[in-house]
Amino acid sequence: MGMTITEKIMAKASGKVAVTPGENVWLNVDILMTHDVCGPPTIGIWKKEFGDQAKIWDNNKVVIFPDHYIFTKNEHANRNVAILRDFAKEHDLPNYYDVGSYRYKGVCHVALAEEGYNMPGTVLFGTDSHTCSSGAFGMFSTGVGNTDAAFILGTGKIWEKVPESMKFTFDGQLPVYLTAKDLILTILGDITTDGATYRAMEFTGDAVFALNMDERMTLTNMAIEAGGMNGIIAADEVTEAYVKERSGKPYEIFNSDGDAVYFAEYRYNVNELDPVVAKPHSPDNRDTVRNVQGTKLTKCYLGSCTGGKLSDFEYAARILDGRKVSVKTHIVPATTYVNEQLDKRTYNGKTLRTIFQDAGCIIEQSSCAACLGGPIDTVGRAVDRDVIISSTNRNFPGRMGSKQADVYLASPLTVAASAVKGVITDPREFIS
Amino acid sequence: MNTIIQGKAYVLGDNIDTDQIIPAEHLVYSLSDPEESKKYGHFALSSVPTEQAGLPNGRIPFINGENTESEYNIIIGGSNFGCGSSREHAPFALMKAGVKAIVAESYARIFYRNSVDGGFVVPFESVNGLKKSIKTGDEVEIDLAKNQITNKTEGATYKLKPLGDVMPIIEQGGLFEYARKTNMLG
Repeated sequence: MGMTITEKIMAKASGKVAVTPGENVWLNVDILMTHDVCGPPTIGIWKKEFGDQAKIWDNNKVVIFPDHYIFTKNEHANRNVAILRDFAKEHDLPNYYDVGSYRYKGVCHVALAEEGYNMPGTVLFGTDSHTCSSGAFGMFSTGVGNTDAAFILGTGKIWEKVPESMKFTFDGQLPVYLTAKDLILTILGDITTDGATYRAMEFTGDAVFALNMDERMTLTNMAIEAGGMNGIIAADEVTEAYVKERSGKPYEIFNSDGDAVYFAEYRYNVNELDPVVAKPHSPDNRDTVRNVQGTKLTKCYLGSCTGGKLSDFEYAARILDGRKVSVKTHIVPATTYVNEQLDKRTYNGKTLRTIFQDAGCIIEQSSCAACLGGPIDTVGRAVDRDVIISSTNRNFPGRMGSKQADVYLASPLTVAASAVKGVITDPREFIS
Repeated sequence: MNTIIQGKAYVLGDNIDTDQIIPAEHLVYSLSDPEESKKYGHFALSSVPTEQAGLPNGRIPFINGENTESEYNIIIGGSNFGCGSSREHAPFALMKAGVKAIVAESYARIFYRNSVDGGFVVPFESVNGLKKSIKTGDEVEIDLAKNQITNKTEGATYKLKPLGDVMPIIEQGGLFEYARKTNMLG
């Protein structure tokens, strides 16, 4: 019987010839990633469980990005960054990206890709649910809690149940008014927030392989919003070109066999899809933008691991160029690299930064910022009865701050169009 | 471990995500400091929308005033309990509030793992939904050996799914205890 990509990677990482969904296996981990929210408690558990003489299984395989609560006066949040800093120093960790240093990056999932940690065929665990983003590189990646991460930190191994796979095929050529965000929100509306629980979500088809790596990560990033263990896209020449530019490390490309078994298969023709939103208060509460257009907004937000990548801002610039926003609009580049590129990438002969500044957007420093609310002094945080349209990935009650706020999730094109009008607006009003 | 878990039920709906269980702004406190970590108990379930807090009627605070522990120690939930972020602070916060067990229709993967591997709360799955059979404040009793939960207030008993593969980890009190017991940590 054939195997899926996910099954093949799990077999390799557990030293087996083949694995079957439902089977528990112990995986050898290639990279463990953590950040300022879950890093300190992970370190705490590791020290408690392995004792004073505790050793990290491999210093080169631990990657730490402070990114969640960075530009805040909250003393407890700042203490957590200090704990990471001390830990990195104490253990001489080469892959620590400190706040306030030239090494600072920002949002971990995007930085993992930029810094060359995402390699086809490998296994990456992280203390963040959106760790599934890295699956865009044809690798197995998933989120775990502090105890599991502490176990990996000491042993380099962790147990996992081999997931059944679900296949999502997108045929056709993506129309200019759609982005990967519309595709994943469409899936979420169809299968709901627990439609892929404990399963792998494999994305394939011409429309997927035509996407750049940023956009592919938007698909895999939100596998967790359907409960998925991991999202995965087979590596191709686009993946290889991206990886080779950033890392000289070896990798192995896996493809699903023709006779691999799937729990379910979904097929979409992208030409038949509309721009969509997820209405309050769940990522699966899908509707077309047209059905909710005219909804009055108090704030627009472009940022996060799913909506603050360079390609997200390139989409937004197409609409914001030469126009003004009519509602407060926050631009939060996911990483310092994305922030630098705002000065280098151009549209219609102007840099993205000029376009956003001229439009009246507020450009913030790189971090997770208001995607998950954060301390009360976090920029862009939802307050009171804010009505926000956001390119982020989650809109459960209180996710962006105030639990009275209404958050709509949408593509960067839809957010930009809505920012111009001050009400939810279909991007086809500006581009077609 | 005890084969009987009893206490007062607190009933919640479907898709109780980790932000409702412990809002992100509170994730800054130490989990290892005994005094500071009580804040997690205090803020447990503080972002559940008021009308859905303590079903069927809602508007029942899980934590009263400045308390750090709840009078309710068994959570009854719907489907996809614990969806959202990977924060282990979520089952930790419920444990700090005094919760011993959750009985839900289904769980999100990371929350389930965290509950088991961290040894915080026991995540049971009910065979049928219990949101309509148990009210907030009912006295309930879980019998591990029989895989059942009894609503002592109403005098009715309902089936639970066996804990299965994770039972050995739960019995040992968490992943590290299990790994030591099975000589995995040398």
